[in-house]
Amino acid sequence: MIASHYSYWVSMALMMIGLYVVMSHANLVKKLIGLNVFQVAVFMLYISLGKRADGTAPILDSAFAAYSHPLPHVLILTAIVVGVATTALGLALTVRIHEAYGTTDEDDALKRDSAQGEPR
Amino acid sequence: MTAFHPINIALFAILVITALAIARIRQLFAAAMLSGLFSLACACIFVLHDAVDVAFTEAAVGAGMTTVLFLCTLALTDSREKSTPPRRSVPAALAALLTGAALIYASADLPKFAAADTPVQQHPLTERYLRDSATEIGIPNVVTSVLASYRGYDTLGETVVIFTAAIAVLMLLGRTAHAKTSDAVMSLHTRHRVLRVVTKLLVPFILVFALYVQFHGDYGPGGGFQAGVIFASGLILYGLVFGLEAARGVAPVRVLRRLVAAGVLIYGGVGVATLVAGGAFLDYDALDPGHPATGQHLGILLVELGVGITVAAAMLMLFLSFAGRRDAR
Repeated sequence: MIASHYSYWVSMALMMIGLYVVMSHANLVKKLIGLNVFQVAVFMLYISLGKRADGTAPILDSAFAAYSHPLPHVLILTAIVVGVATTALGLALTVRIHEAYGTTDEDDALKRDSAQGEPR
Repeated sequence: MTAFHPINIALFAILVITALAIARIRQLFAAAMLSGLFSLACACIFVLHDAVDVAFTEAAVGAGMTTVLFLCTLALTDSREKSTPPRRSVPAALAALLTGAALIYASADLPKFAAADTPVQQHPLTERYLRDSATEIGIPNVVTSVLASYRGYDTLGETVVIFTAAIAVLMLLGRTAHAKTSDAVMSLHTRHRVLRVVTKLLVPFILVFALYVQFHGDYGPGGGFQAGVIFASGLILYGLVFGLEAARGVAPVRVLRRLVAAGVLIYGGVGVATLVAGGAFLDYDALDPGHPATGQHLGILLVELGVGITVAAAMLMLFLSFAGRRDAR
């Protein structure tokens, strides 16, 4: 069980560390770094499901008979580039929040909102 | 490869330690650099798991592009976070532990790692991709065949997502008055002679390598996504060392905006061309009736070119938007 499943468990542990950072930290940049960790861990889980012990990279050649599954690779390859685009969007929002509130801490920003008596 | 290969164990250890350090450290600059290291170690894991194309992308995007964007953001905001009070950390830790326990419990149902008889490997699609694609598509790199041909719709969607994200960032940060770069930054650009000489030597090779990755994607690891990011990173390196004005001179935002759209247009245009030729949308066989392999080859080349142009222009625009914000303030 340990030998056959430990690489899944490592991905899951990394996912949970990422999730913890996203939930616990009030700083928006730190949240996005946590989200990044979570995302990469999910990628690892996907890729590990396509791996074959006797296989090689899915580039066809007559010297090889067994290949790892190419479909997870395709899904994750595009997901990585889309991931950086969405991270950039999150960071852009963080920059604008910092310009409007003078802080990247979500607690401080919410406090400022409620101090001004604005409905949340 | 045995289950407990020392390289595997070492990389997993690096990943877990880095992730824990990211969670603990309050210096955000350090956390951003550690997240780059995390991505690089993960790229090594991808190589071990035979996902060379993915490793390529992760190394270029995760370790390069994402780190640069985080650093640009930190330059515009605070680089130190406040300590996390227990009222936030305790419930979050509990929730993460519970979710993790549920995941580990569910993992008992997952097939054995790297076995040849898992549902993934036994699925009929596996045969189609790994055996029939050699005759249907005619290129050795199956990842490229699946990406650009079998799942062409999906990739078109992803390209549009990147296009949309670039537009959204431009709307949020784009209004940059081209103010003069401050004296402190200027002196940085003129003082570091070693950096400037090394950069001048490196940039042409990075750009040529990007073109190689772009056009060699059919035969080896590579393709539009990786090439786009590598091409952009060459120009970003130039901008970091020689200043934003120099980078804007090479790649004016006006041109980049058009290029981002042009890439998506090329991709969609190939789809329309196949429709006009009498095939289905993005069915490249129709491009050259009688020689499906030639049609596939041409279609994949054009589609990957569209992806490469959009990705490169979008990444450059993201960098210029973030870095240009500082000049404007």
